[in-house]
Amino acid sequence: MAWFNIENKKVKNAAQNLPDGIWTKCPGCNEILFNKDLEKTLKVCPKCGYHFKLTFQERINIFFDENTWEENNTNLETGNPLDFPEYDIKIKKGILKSGLKDSVVTGHGKVRGHLVSCAISDFNFMGGSMGSVAGEKIVRTIEYGIENKLPVIIFTASGGARMQEGILSLMQMAKTSGAVLKMNEAGLPFIIIMTDPTTAGVHASYASLGDVIFAEPGALIGFAGARVSAQAGVGNTSKPDDFQKPSFQLSHGLIDGIVHRKDLRKVVAKFISFAMEGEK
Amino acid sequence: MTNKTLTDFEKQIAELEKLIDNLKQKALDTGVNTSEALEELQKKRDDLLKEFFSNLDAWDNAILARHQKRPYTLDYVRNIFDEFIELHGDRLFADDHAMVCGIGNIEDKQVAFIGQQKGRDLKERQYRNFGSAKPEGYRKAMRVMHLAEKFHKPIVCFVDTPAADCSVGAEERGISEAIARNMMDMMSLKVPVIAIVIGEGGSGGAIGIAVANKVAMLEHSIYSVIPPEGCAAILWRDPSKAKEAATALKINAESAKELGVIDDIIKESLGGAHRNADETAENIKEYILKCIEELSPKTGDELAKERYDKFRNFGKYIEN
Ligand SMILES: [Zn+2]
Repeated sequence: MAWFNIENKKVKNAAQNLPDGIWTKCPGCNEILFNKDLEKTLKVCPKCGYHFKLTFQERINIFFDENTWEENNTNLETGNPLDFPEYDIKIKKGILKSGLKDSVVTGHGKVRGHLVSCAISDFNFMGGSMGSVAGEKIVRTIEYGIENKLPVIIFTASGGARMQEGILSLMQMAKTSGAVLKMNEAGLPFIIIMTDPTTAGVHASYASLGDVIFAEPGALIGFAGARVSAQAGVGNTSKPDDFQKPSFQLSHGLIDGIVHRKDLRKVVAKFISFAMEGEK
Repeated sequence: MTNKTLTDFEKQIAELEKLIDNLKQKALDTGVNTSEALEELQKKRDDLLKEFFSNLDAWDNAILARHQKRPYTLDYVRNIFDEFIELHGDRLFADDHAMVCGIGNIEDKQVAFIGQQKGRDLKERQYRNFGSAKPEGYRKAMRVMHLAEKFHKPIVCFVDTPAADCSVGAEERGISEAIARNMMDMMSLKVPVIAIVIGEGGSGGAIGIAVANKVAMLEHSIYSVIPPEGCAAILWRDPSKAKEAATALKINAESAKELGVIDDIIKESLGGAHRNADETAENIKEYILKCIEELSPKTGDELAKERYDKFRNFGKYIEN
């Protein structure tokens, strides 16, 4: 059948959200920005505050104290457990595009001196989707936090559960949500930073279970991804202008705050000190 | 595989059954003995059913799982439970008619039940929101599950939803949070939890009430991370490729069992649960009783730990 054939599309060269070249047009305000300037502003538009998506490496560089990050769980790889058509080629493309074996990077590092266990999802690997490897790595990040009595921080950037692993991906929702229970039993802080986008199966599992949940400005956040909404006819009903935006999430009581990228370290470190220091 | 669609096949069966009814009526009206012809026709019907149903593909099961005559949660509850009463409301916002909860007896066992509920006619379908529960539905379900835990009673969850509700209102009230919290809180329940997919096990909407010690699917039900139509639309920009998507997603009960995410498959009556709801209900009842017998001797901590460990290990990956 035709759709079993492997696509012959070109794979983009590099793991970059910024197009090659020396300047980028801001999707927020159409301003022409020099890439060198953008790097200095943590990839936030100096004019309108638009937060560009970050690769995992950029996130690590921006968020952790210098030279404190150590990656772990690098031995996990994605197979094709359902023999799903075209999945193998999508994995290969994801590896090329992101420089990762799957959508989630895990490790530990320091934030203003506080050691934390951390997982970061990278949208460049199949839209940050959660299959078996991503689910397992999220759980291992939590387990590492519990074993070492560390706070756990997860940066979410995901369209949801990964279709190509079918029901196994659905089970990752329950598996990761269950792990948060263990975090709660251990009395350790579980911190979620929702970045663009955080939707569907990831939003409806561990991402919504943070002790505190902060969102980066402009992130798309919600249960229904755009295409699912359209299919279900949600697009036909009237939606508020900021539907599924951080201000919508904040005004409905679903997140603790909207935090500018430059303030994330400060806010997270404050919560960690609140949670971890003083009388137990 | 036969070329005939399930819908065409059911028409053929319906014609046969009309003949059977006519023959029966003729026997009543005229006193003529038609038993031989009757037996022949009935045998023909059953043979056709057996043959067709031995070759179902994943998409056929999707059609059966969504069949407009398929028994729904309350049909089974009425059939299986004695003295059942419904419990309403999440105590926070509303009573969700797409999620029904209550208590009742299965023989001598007192049990709490949870389940999504679809509607039969247009009016009821709208009343039940097509089986798509809102945040208040998931929160009601969790409230009743905690009630069962407080009084040391087993919980049975009937899963039958195309998906959780994704309206603006559901987003406003935190549908994601409600589903996520259910999955987390169900992990800690200190009583036996049994989940049975009776029709559509639609994605997060389904798993939001299916974190159980024993998870079973009815023979022709489906369980999927995304509806086949949605998958086809996203991957191939063509919703009409749903049949291919259903196969690729492995949404049928046998595949779910092979992948290790369900424990058991419960037999339906020949030709699907809608052809003999009583028989299918009896199979479900037996299954629930068997599970309760197996799970009841365990302590609450054992039950919670086993449930957690079971879900902790789901997933297939390569570890080097
Ligand atoms: Zn801008």
